[in-house]
Amino acid sequence: MSAHNDSHNSHAHGADDHGHGHDDGAAHSTFGGYMTGFVLSIILTAIPFWLVMAKVFDKPATTAFVVLGFAAVQIVVHMVYFLHMNTKSEGGWTLLALIFTVMVVVIMLAGSLWVMYHLNHNMMPVSAHEMKNMP
Amino acid sequence: MSNTTAHTSAAGASDKYRYYLPNEHHVENSTALGFWIYLMSDCLIFACLFAVHAVVGRSYAAGPSGAELFDLPLVAVNTSMLLLSSITYGFAMLEMQKNKVSATLGWLAITGLFGAVFIGLELYEFVHLIHEGAGPQRSAFLSSFFTLVSTHGLHVTFGIIWLITLMVQVGKYGFTAANRRRLMCLSMFWHFLDVVWIGVFTFVYLMGVLA
Repeated sequence: MSAHNDSHNSHAHGADDHGHGHDDGAAHSTFGGYMTGFVLSIILTAIPFWLVMAKVFDKPATTAFVVLGFAAVQIVVHMVYFLHMNTKSEGGWTLLALIFTVMVVVIMLAGSLWVMYHLNHNMMPVSAHEMKNMP
Repeated sequence: MSNTTAHTSAAGASDKYRYYLPNEHHVENSTALGFWIYLMSDCLIFACLFAVHAVVGRSYAAGPSGAELFDLPLVAVNTSMLLLSSITYGFAMLEMQKNKVSATLGWLAITGLFGAVFIGLELYEFVHLIHEGAGPQRSAFLSSFFTLVSTHGLHVTFGIIWLITLMVQVGKYGFTAANRRRLMCLSMFWHFLDVVWIGVFTFVYLMGVLA
């Protein structure tokens, strides 16, 4: 299959160098797209660092939620502008694989945290002092 | 079944047997989808490590916490290195679309340099931590920290090796179809690692300092 593909493509390149190149790569990427993604990423990275380092909010929990929100937005920005995710690539199969993965990850993360939190909760309390003298 | 036999007998007269439907559309560029599925499975590995860190990330065993250990300005520099390497890889892909070999190689070299600086800073941080007695064996928090961050670092290291290999390939054979495909795969890999790093700096470093 790869041999077939290669000969096919080298033929096409001889005839029309630029036109066929788009089929091989992720392509369809533009300078503007990359720059938009880059500028957005810088902003979305700088703000969380500033929030934490300058201790803008009094409650750490508030900062944690805001910082996680920024991370979620930045991941979407990277997916769209750098990884060229859209609903049409590969006939929608990449998006389907992504949705499936996100689902598995969410179940796994939420499940682990839920179970382990309750496990910790029901364990005997161990003080820092006792911990230090443990073997 | 009868359909298939009818078909082979119809086409078989001239070119013997066919085991596929000749009018079926051949999926082009299926490598991208396969590689994407690999990345998704890699994503699961990282998700497991993140889950471990979420569970034991506060188990300091009376040792140092993230707030005492992490040097946020260093992490910020590290993050910007990876972000810059992402955009320079993007520029390399744009030059590839214009079929400019030397410009592509130049941007790839810059990408590799940023990646190497990232790895260097990370190793410096690790050595510093271990020197302070905060090695992976100190507490559950540090074990999971080292596992998660170094797994990412290992990915970046292999990405750099892959990048150098491709630079040699492109330099030697130019933009063949195979090389374009490989550069496209590495592009996905590299940007994916940047996505994982967003999780690392947010969840491990920023939230680790908060606790």
